[in-house]
Amino acid sequence: MAARAMWKADLALGEIKVPVKLYAAVRDAKVHFRLLHAADGAPVKQHIVHPETARPVPPEAIKKAVAVDRGVYVVLTEEEQAALAPKPSRLISVEQAVAASAIDERWFDRPYYLGPDGDDEGYFALAEALAASAIDERWFDRPYYLGPDGDDEGYFALAEALAKREAVGVAHWVLRNKRYVGALHASGGYLLLETLRYAQEIVEVGALRPSANRAPHKREIALAEQLIGALEDRFDPSAFRDEYQEQLKGLLAAKAAGKVVRFPKAPERKREESLVASLQASLKSSRRKETSHGRRA
Amino acid sequence: MAAELEAVAGPRAFWSGTLTFGLVSVPVDLFPAVRSRRIAMRMLGPDDQPLVRRYFCSADGNALTRDDIVRGYENEDGSFTIVSDEELDALAPKKSRDIDLRLFVRREEIPRQLLERPYVLAPAGESTKAYHLLAETMERAGKAGIATFVMRGKEYLAAIFAEGGTLRAVTMRFTTELRTPDDVGLPAVTRAPAEHRQEMERALAELTAKELDRNLLEDEYSRRLLELAEAKRDAERDVVEIEEAPPADDEETADIIDIMAALKERIGAAARKPARAEPAERGRARAPPRRVAGDDALADKSKQELYEQAKKLGVKGRSSMSREELIAALLEAG
Repeated sequence: MAARAMWKADLALGEIKVPVKLYAAVRDAKVHFRLLHAADGAPVKQHIVHPETARPVPPEAIKKAVAVDRGVYVVLTEEEQAALAPKPSRLISVEQAVAASAIDERWFDRPYYLGPDGDDEGYFALAEALAASAIDERWFDRPYYLGPDGDDEGYFALAEALAKREAVGVAHWVLRNKRYVGALHASGGYLLLETLRYAQEIVEVGALRPSANRAPHKREIALAEQLIGALEDRFDPSAFRDEYQEQLKGLLAAKAAGKVVRFPKAPERKREESLVASLQASLKSSRRKETSHGRRA
Repeated sequence: MAAELEAVAGPRAFWSGTLTFGLVSVPVDLFPAVRSRRIAMRMLGPDDQPLVRRYFCSADGNALTRDDIVRGYENEDGSFTIVSDEELDALAPKKSRDIDLRLFVRREEIPRQLLERPYVLAPAGESTKAYHLLAETMERAGKAGIATFVMRGKEYLAAIFAEGGTLRAVTMRFTTELRTPDDVGLPAVTRAPAEHRQEMERALAELTAKELDRNLLEDEYSRRLLELAEAKRDAERDVVEIEEAPPADDEETADIIDIMAALKERIGAAARKPARAEPAERGRARAPPRRVAGDDALADKSKQELYEQAKKLGVKGRSSMSREELIAALLEAG
């Protein structure tokens, strides 16, 4: 069953416009609950009330205030709020295109770990400079598909051009009174638009290395490398399932049928004493697994 | 002012667990690597009293306390199945606090659409050796780890990245949460004529920049909102003073940890005050004030009070949470 488009807009690159439809790429697969009044099982409603009278305050009587300091608020009138609201539009405006490699998480591979140890200022300056030129995974919020809306040629031409140039567009749009910033990229021949988080929402963490006396020994690194190698495999995300959700659905079905459900307890994990001993024991057990099950595909 | 606010609004340790790979255990604290910095508007009544949200029964219209409320799942026939906290707690697939590193993969193998919420992992516990070992080995090998863990009665799939000597975890969506172009019903990919493609390439070339312009990522709306509010405050127009909990003293803010400071302390790099310049000094962005309601009120509460509040809100896994975790969970629960 085809999904319903959330919105229609024109994707604008300078003078060129490509009509598109927006679709959610994320599907809500989680179980949702409603709050009920225990006594009569009726759904619960929320009202905004006055703290003293506990009486609901009608929406038109509610004033909205912004904190400017601790305990100090400034009330904004409806006209003031309306004046600040972003203007509605049907444009997804691509403001800039940057190299995909600058936004991809592969930017991790950039050699900024060569920054001098012990020189914090140098570190932070470098980390900041690099961070400023790239978007990493912390920025990405929610993915949406864009589908063609009447101009298939323009749509697929843009997807191909983005892929060929290995570029990502940074775009702005206004949807339901909210302004968004997003990254436009090509994925499997289609256009994908991902909302990005605002700059202020990202916690910056610069590079940080342990002092020499806390750095791992060569032997430990060699063992850890072997262990990581033994645990290496191809990533098949579909092999991981949300067991909690499945169990929750099972519980709900069982309860509806009037059954009692039991769940097994997790076994205690055995822990080795020293780091080297743990690594060796882990390697041994991973080798055992390999010989008994054959190499994993 | 922004810098001061920044200091009190620093990130908190959010969850503690143990990263395990093979038989090696790496105790870690999780810190959110993103935080909401959008401005929340506070609602006031006609007499400037701050308003509150209350629950009412939709049938009899009576005001309800949290103890009157249960959680129900709506069945297809419109009836509800009531589910208790205890039942949800018992569902957690593993009671352990292990972040189980099950697999190592090449970083580029991880589809970005799956990545959801980033956290910084800081070493916890007495020895940081295993942490450094894992971080360094993964970084050298260019590998990311795939882990599963249970946090607050919910199962997460996560990618563990090593970068700059630190580890971070990004929770991932399960593939069942992601649609394919087929699911959406997009038409089959077709090749556009060459002239069309060239036209698009030219358009992209014109927009191409070497470096990302950070101004494009500014929250312009929040900035303008705060500018307007501050201008009105300076003009003494529509200013309302509301009694709020006094600022926490140093001891009380001790549990509010700056991620960078916490990492530095634990990693044992040269001691230096954390760089706290952040947005205000970068010029354009002004740090909006910290969240209006929650933080202070919560920081002043005892663990028992926090627990009671968490119970009312139905925060899962609350019985095993520390005070800080309760605060973080309550903030998240809104």
